[in-house]
Amino acid sequence: MIERGIEKEVEVEYTRLRIHFGPVHPALKEPVSLRVFVKGEEVVDVDIVLGHVHRGIESLAEGRNLAQALYLVERICGICSHSHTTCFTQALEEISGIKPSERALYLRTLIFEMERIHSHLLLLGIMAYEVGFDTLFMFTWHVRERILDLFEKITGNRIHHAMNTIGGVRWDLTPEMVKELDACLGEIEKSIKYIHDAFMDKTVEKRTYGLGVLDHSRAIKLCVVGPTARGSGVNIDVRRDHPYAAYNDMKEVFSVILRKDGDVYARTEVRLLEILESINIIRMVLDRLPEGSIRPEENIFRLMRKIQEGEAVSLVEAPRGELLYFVKTDGKGGLRRLKVRTPTFSNLACLKHVLVGHEIADIPVIVASIDPCLSCTNRVTIINRENGELNVVGMDTLRRRVRKKWMQ
Amino acid sequence: MRVGKVFRDAFRSLFRKPVTVEYITKPGKMVPVPERFRGRISYDRETCIGCLLCIRVCPGGVILSTEEGKVAFNISRCILCGQCAEVCPKGAIKLSSQFEIVTYNKEELTIK
Repeated sequence: MIERGIEKEVEVEYTRLRIHFGPVHPALKEPVSLRVFVKGEEVVDVDIVLGHVHRGIESLAEGRNLAQALYLVERICGICSHSHTTCFTQALEEISGIKPSERALYLRTLIFEMERIHSHLLLLGIMAYEVGFDTLFMFTWHVRERILDLFEKITGNRIHHAMNTIGGVRWDLTPEMVKELDACLGEIEKSIKYIHDAFMDKTVEKRTYGLGVLDHSRAIKLCVVGPTARGSGVNIDVRRDHPYAAYNDMKEVFSVILRKDGDVYARTEVRLLEILESINIIRMVLDRLPEGSIRPEENIFRLMRKIQEGEAVSLVEAPRGELLYFVKTDGKGGLRRLKVRTPTFSNLACLKHVLVGHEIADIPVIVASIDPCLSCTNRVTIINRENGELNVVGMDTLRRRVRKKWMQ
Repeated sequence: MRVGKVFRDAFRSLFRKPVTVEYITKPGKMVPVPERFRGRISYDRETCIGCLLCIRVCPGGVILSTEEGKVAFNISRCILCGQCAEVCPKGAIKLSSQFEIVTYNKEELTIK
């Protein structure tokens, strides 16, 4: 690990440090632990260690029936919970042939896009915080609070919406909600323009331009997905390429945001502009919302019995990128195999390339830009290899260094 | 160009109502929750017919059957998905608007 790519002479000449980033964070399926090797202030190599909080959700789901598994997979992620259940129910619907009504599909799309807005706003806030722009961080999260309140009104919970059920959705929209949603969207659109202005500021520009560059060919080679790929100019989006839910009718409403630069700023800007696209989609959903029932007449036991033995692969575009589910049912209302591939898992591989050559103070910003779980980077241990001295550096110290660097 | 904008925003913020809401724990004065909010389970023992459908769908293993053919809830395991309330044929289980579930007393975590 340590010997990789570095000549022996360098080791003698310089004191090289190994910095530990991570790893525990319960909210993500793949908590990241980074071992960063530095020469002075410069990062020379990065090792990614996964599997610290392996909760065994796939195995847990295999011992449960489908109704129970539906709520279990929702708990994989605390931010994109609706993406997980949509992906899971889509696979079940494909196996069984149960067709959800048009209205149910539109409502799924609505929650999906609201989730994208709230997830992207969360990341923008974190980006602002890592850059050292606390006011913007608070402003962004204040905007996000509006969406969360709406979630609570529509679905009954801020984070785990429990919106999906086999063959439909559980909650319907009332006319008052539509009105409130419309008013909220206008406000958010105005705030996004303000946030965009703020991100054009010199503070952010100096901290993010040309940082953590991931070029087009490397992005394709590393199979990165979602906004991380689109920031490097890779034109992929599951919503357009393999339309699911009501996205087939939405094709003309949204465009896929692409940026060529591949740096931290490009990735941030892609997310910022995607919020505006999401607002467009939500407006169209509210406009075209068809009438009808939102779920099948049968109760959940009948539906579970309807699902025969079979297997299916399902794809959705979660806020962080492509989310893949492989579901194999046993025909008795249970699961034989469940496989989940979350977007952050694919995106983490690029960290190794984007971090090399940058300074320690830039690590939080670059790691934040691919939108992993940020609490993973809560503490850092610096080990002096010469004398084995242990030195724990907290995130606060790192942030202070960031600010100091910017002041110069 | 920026300075003027900053001063305008700062001045406006001085007279604005705070965004945060005070957290009052007294009953009746708490922050109102929306109609569909899923809080602590409420269980009507009289209407329950003991069909035990709720046990079969509960993802957390909250619900246990009792000797009298009714059910008991272990709230500390509940994930508030509301599936039990949905399958109950008699409407004996409901999710109330009570969101403060934490308690010092372990007995309060069991609903019979």
